[in-house]
Amino acid sequence: MLSVTDLQKTYSSGDEALKGVSLEVTGNETVAVIGPSGAGKSTFIRCINRLTEPSGGSVELDGLEVTDLSGKKLRNARRDMGMIFQEFNLVERLTVMENVLSGRLGYVSTWEAFRRKFGGDDVGRAYEVLDRVGLEGHEDDRADELSGGQRQRVGIARAILQRPKILLVDEPTSSLDPETSRAVMELLTEIAADDDIPVLINIHEVNLAEEYADRIVGLRNGQKVFEGTPEGLDETARGQIYRGEEIPEETGPKRSSAEETAEDAATQEGALRRG
Amino acid sequence: MTDYQTWERRTPRQRLVRYVLILVTLVAAAISWRLLQINYNYVGSAPVEFMDLVNRMYPPDVGYTTDILGPLIETVHIAILGTGLALLMAIPVALLGAENTTPNRPGFVLGKFIISASRSVNVIIWALVFVIIFGSGALAGTLAIAVRSIGFCSKLLAEAIEEIDTGQVEAITATGANSIEAAIYGIAPQIKPAFIGVATYRWDINVRASTIIGFVGAGGIGVELNTSINFFRWQGVLTILLAILGIVIFSEVTSAYLRRKVR
Repeated sequence: MLSVTDLQKTYSSGDEALKGVSLEVTGNETVAVIGPSGAGKSTFIRCINRLTEPSGGSVELDGLEVTDLSGKKLRNARRDMGMIFQEFNLVERLTVMENVLSGRLGYVSTWEAFRRKFGGDDVGRAYEVLDRVGLEGHEDDRADELSGGQRQRVGIARAILQRPKILLVDEPTSSLDPETSRAVMELLTEIAADDDIPVLINIHEVNLAEEYADRIVGLRNGQKVFEGTPEGLDETARGQIYRGEEIPEETGPKRSSAEETAEDAATQEGALRRG
Repeated sequence: MTDYQTWERRTPRQRLVRYVLILVTLVAAAISWRLLQINYNYVGSAPVEFMDLVNRMYPPDVGYTTDILGPLIETVHIAILGTGLALLMAIPVALLGAENTTPNRPGFVLGKFIISASRSVNVIIWALVFVIIFGSGALAGTLAIAVRSIGFCSKLLAEAIEEIDTGQVEAITATGANSIEAAIYGIAPQIKPAFIGVATYRWDINVRASTIIGFVGAGGIGVELNTSINFFRWQGVLTILLAILGIVIFSEVTSAYLRRKVR
């Protein structure tokens, strides 16, 4: 179970990307985080496994406080969180198998890693996982020889070879065409069900979120402005998330008048656009 | 006011600065020329002397070829070993001297210092230093080549490291790998083409460099060349020069081929 409480991030530029976001992800549910560009979606997911260092708040994975960890303990915590990236982030000049097996790097010694010496179990599972994502026979291809959809599948294979307790997925479909996007989303929800792990996905395609997520969270300006089922994501909720319309009192702290004025303007603009 | 528009590339002030700079350059060249006090008597006799040298050199001493084969091979060996040593030492220096992998500010400064220090001293001077320390021979030559090459290799490797896609390293870090594993899986594959390019290019340079370090006793074909010149064996000198030309062409072709092979 992942439990995030009041997560904050202020960049050294003074940019407040997260202004206290709380979220719980449990069981094998798929939670989609939606929101406009710059809402803090990526920062949120990257603060969970601390690729970006949060400025405040807490992240607990199965009762372990992740924000306090360092060194070996942080690395061990990261082994439990599989991450999938927008640009796939495969090591382009390595083979598919090397990329998939790199999901086990947290478990082998540095010397073994250097010699590409992974245990028989790991290699066996890597073949299984490649089968599962539909890349059988591609193990010796170089990552940069694959198509976008295939590369994202390698990224997914790498993440699930970690045997994670949760999958963190950052814009998995932004670099893919609509058809491949669907296939990737289907694969992710399938994994959540089969491996019984929760999946936290950042996504900007709202229709994909509605179709595949069990729960949807809306972020705007570093604050959570919506949380509910896909059915609950009505026009009002969309207005709150994408056009900053009247945020209900119970979510988010009190805002300054300057921000309210800005949002009033946005509301008017939104109203105009909707005619 | 005129009824047509005018446009000038530079303001009068900029133009003045340009004229002054051109004048300064010309004056500097003139001063250098006057102060060098070049003796022009020799220029007049140069064509005669040149033809005399050519006549004494030609034809090359073919029988001498077997004698220089050993030193020639030694020259290549010095270049290979020197380059290898340099690359081994350049990897940590490059990691120190690259902004995205350096552990801290002092480490970065140290890396940059090693890079500059190694490059600022000519290979002949390094060879002299090592001949004094280790005595004359191939060991001094190899070390001179190696130390001289560290700066070049680590500078180019550091630049390659600074240009990598950090996303790949991040993805490896996210799996729970430690920083050494992240370097092996995330950084090394990305800089491999640059590494092979730098290695073969530097080896090519080092073959040429190791032909002259023999003049100060640091082994290789240079020792033979120096001796031949001192004994006025001009036909032997031409043989050596042709051999050096051959080996330099060989190393250039090899390094060009290898650099084309990696992708």
